[in-house]
Amino acid sequence: MSQAMGQPANYRSEILELNLGPHHPSTHGVFRAVVELDGEMVVNVVSHLGYLHRGYEKTCENKHYHQVIPLAERCDYMGASSNSLVYCMAVEKLLDVEVPERAQVVRVMMAELSRIFSHLFWMGTHGHDVGAMTPLFYMLREREEIMNLFELTAGGRLMPNYLRIGGLIRDLEEGFVDKLRSFTEHFDRRVDEYETLLTKNPIYVDRTQGIGILPLEDAIAMGATGPLVRGSGLAWDIRKQEPYCGYEQYDFDVPVENGCDVYSRYLVRIAEMRQSNRILRQTLDRLPGGPIRAEKPGVIFPPQEDIYTKMESLIHHFMLVIEGLKPPVGEIYQCIESPRGELGCYIVSDGGPRPYRLKWRAPAFVNLESLANMSRGYFFADLIAILSSVDIVLAEVDR
Amino acid sequence: MKQEEIKDKLLSKFGSDMILASVDFRGQISVTVLREKILEICRYLKEDPDLAFNFLSFVAGVDWYPKTPRFEVVYQIQSLKHNHRFRVKAMLEESGDNLASIDSVVPLWPTANWHERETAEMFGITFNNHPDPRKLLLPDGWTVHPLRKDFSLYGTKEDTPDLPA
Repeated sequence: MSQAMGQPANYRSEILELNLGPHHPSTHGVFRAVVELDGEMVVNVVSHLGYLHRGYEKTCENKHYHQVIPLAERCDYMGASSNSLVYCMAVEKLLDVEVPERAQVVRVMMAELSRIFSHLFWMGTHGHDVGAMTPLFYMLREREEIMNLFELTAGGRLMPNYLRIGGLIRDLEEGFVDKLRSFTEHFDRRVDEYETLLTKNPIYVDRTQGIGILPLEDAIAMGATGPLVRGSGLAWDIRKQEPYCGYEQYDFDVPVENGCDVYSRYLVRIAEMRQSNRILRQTLDRLPGGPIRAEKPGVIFPPQEDIYTKMESLIHHFMLVIEGLKPPVGEIYQCIESPRGELGCYIVSDGGPRPYRLKWRAPAFVNLESLANMSRGYFFADLIAILSSVDIVLAEVDR
Repeated sequence: MKQEEIKDKLLSKFGSDMILASVDFRGQISVTVLREKILEICRYLKEDPDLAFNFLSFVAGVDWYPKTPRFEVVYQIQSLKHNHRFRVKAMLEESGDNLASIDSVVPLWPTANWHERETAEMFGITFNNHPDPRKLLLPDGWTVHPLRKDFSLYGTKEDTPDLPA
């Protein structure tokens, strides 16, 4: 080759190490990778993490159980409600508390809204990474609608902080159900609109099809979950395999693609948004009345109005705030299907008011481990598309 | 397979010399195994066709300071074939200046690589034969292990010089 190109006979090649990040728009935060290149081909990627490490697990060990909820939401700020959901479920399992039906349905609502929320932003920035500027504006339009819904009922837009151990902090705000219904009615058409921008766009397809191949056995060995493993041909979704929050009562499909590439992950996420919308419509039809928080004095916070009117409730509330709740000695692993995959929370309780040990199984952290595996042998420009297809949230990777 | 059956299968294969204890809490069983045999037991868990634990969710450390043995390494495993989960643990102890150590399970589950690196730096546990024993999240110069219980929440000026005061 070098002779044909008119290169001198003593033509020499060497591996070039290129530093990507930590401050680079395509790294979605502060992620640094040292990329070893042979010409323009990626030979290896060495990830350097920790720029956003805040000592999340250590902090949690020094907080009361209730104080962890807002921290948990800040781990993965794109799917905030999923984080508080898995944490609350883990603690409820420790305490052996049953959550009322209405709260379960509203939790599914919040979890699915946050899934759409997360996938929308992923798709916008992913398009941006491969050179399609337009999608982001469309995605942000619907994302804004979801943020308005969060704001209406919970106050917070990005991090609703709406779930509590045993249920929810308060009931749905008036008008929420109607607004959500109108959202679900037009959202499918909006997804069609996104698809016209990317799905058959020849430039986008060229940039993503056959790029970043992750065979199924590698995906499993590397612990990849979520759209990564479903884009590699395995219909694995914890909502189906180990249903929680009553997911077994909802009618939805698990989208799977067999391409193992960036394009397959894109298709999976597009299809997942439609399925989430389907689940949302069912939650609206199903939404039962009743309490929004379990009743277990001394463990679960009493209803707000009781605190002002009943002596016992006031005492329980006071004790919970000052002393915290004390689960029995034991350990629990609880996991859910977050927008990124298996989000797990492992809590060891020593009987005290703070988690003795809290391990956060962050899907983005584990999925990112396959990056080197996926990018070897592709162009450097493809690396950006591959990294973006993993859908990392650096706050969750570094914790 | 039920959690109970998995435990019984392990017990009948390895006996109580290697399967030291088991705790059942709210339907989740964790089994403590002999530290030296962790790789052998994990290989059996992965390769036995009835168990087929082909997926590792995470590896974590727990510090039981000031009890002895001080450390616990936890492996949360899952079978995508049979859709069951299980938890295996091993107890570790430091002796003098030597850090506590256990065999790495990266040969069985490559995903353990980052989990073990994180556990190693956070708790000061050595994973024998680990393919890439660098620090993962912490600055390279740190000699402290922040998730240990005797490490203060805020660090000290000497130990963690790069933290804001």
